[in-house]
Amino acid sequence: MRIDCKHVWQHISAYIEGDVDAALRAEIDRHLETCEICSAVLDCTRNVVILMADDRVFEVPSGFSQRLHDRIDMELRQAGP
Amino acid sequence: MPANPELEAECIRRVIAGERQLFHELIRPCERSIYLLLLSLLKNEAEAEDAAQETAIKVYLNLHLYRGEAQFRTWVLSIARNEALGRLRKQEIRREESLDAGTDDQTGDYTPAILTSWREVPSDALEQKELGALLRRAIEGLPETYRNIVVLRDIEEMDIRETAAVLGISEGSVKVRLHRARAMLQRELAPRLKAFAPKRKGLLWGRA
Repeated sequence: MRIDCKHVWQHISAYIEGDVDAALRAEIDRHLETCEICSAVLDCTRNVVILMADDRVFEVPSGFSQRLHDRIDMELRQAGP
Repeated sequence: MPANPELEAECIRRVIAGERQLFHELIRPCERSIYLLLLSLLKNEAEAEDAAQETAIKVYLNLHLYRGEAQFRTWVLSIARNEALGRLRKQEIRREESLDAGTDDQTGDYTPAILTSWREVPSDALEQKELGALLRRAIEGLPETYRNIVVLRDIEEMDIRETAAVLGISEGSVKVRLHRARAMLQRELAPRLKAFAPKRKGLLWGRA
């Protein structure tokens, strides 16, 4: 079985997750060796996933943690679990 | 970082037994995830912060109900999600964004942005504020069903099972939505990210 580009795109997320079976992985790998388009799509998707995981993309507002724990302190003084 | 489950369980027992101050340490590893999930649902920083505080209080008051069946963080985030959904219902601004799981059966047919000249954008490029802003805008622009998945799985790096448990959907649905969300982000971001890739010219980035 030879797979085409569309077939590869359908599995890109699962491929990045390591969630494709060995046979499909081998097919995709073989396709990627010769297909510049799919290699670029895979690299870009993976790059996006890596960048999103960086803590610098989303930061909690300054003072968030302090205010949260102050509020918890207020509650701890009033109530029991 | 997931906390050590045994230490966590011990900590929970001690808080319930009366060492209330330990609750600070229990909730601390979850607070960023709580805030980001709430921000994703409520789309308003001040409201997300307020809801995060409410969530922490609810977690504390209901701690004796935690049975240890799910990971502690999963349980906490379910409480955060309920807090957000309650607020959205009250405001009646919750858009009925085809939350039906029926469409998850199909894999979908998303044509990616094709740029063969693609070169990697290194994480260091995030020192440029514009790159972070670009990524945030793209994520915030996703439909809610996809945005939640991206926040939990790709930003807070939870596994598929935990993501499914927090959102109350199947692992299969998480995978399908994750796939679509990443495809949408790739299509949106590929043409723009290139500007942040290191320049080809110069010895520093030249190929050996």
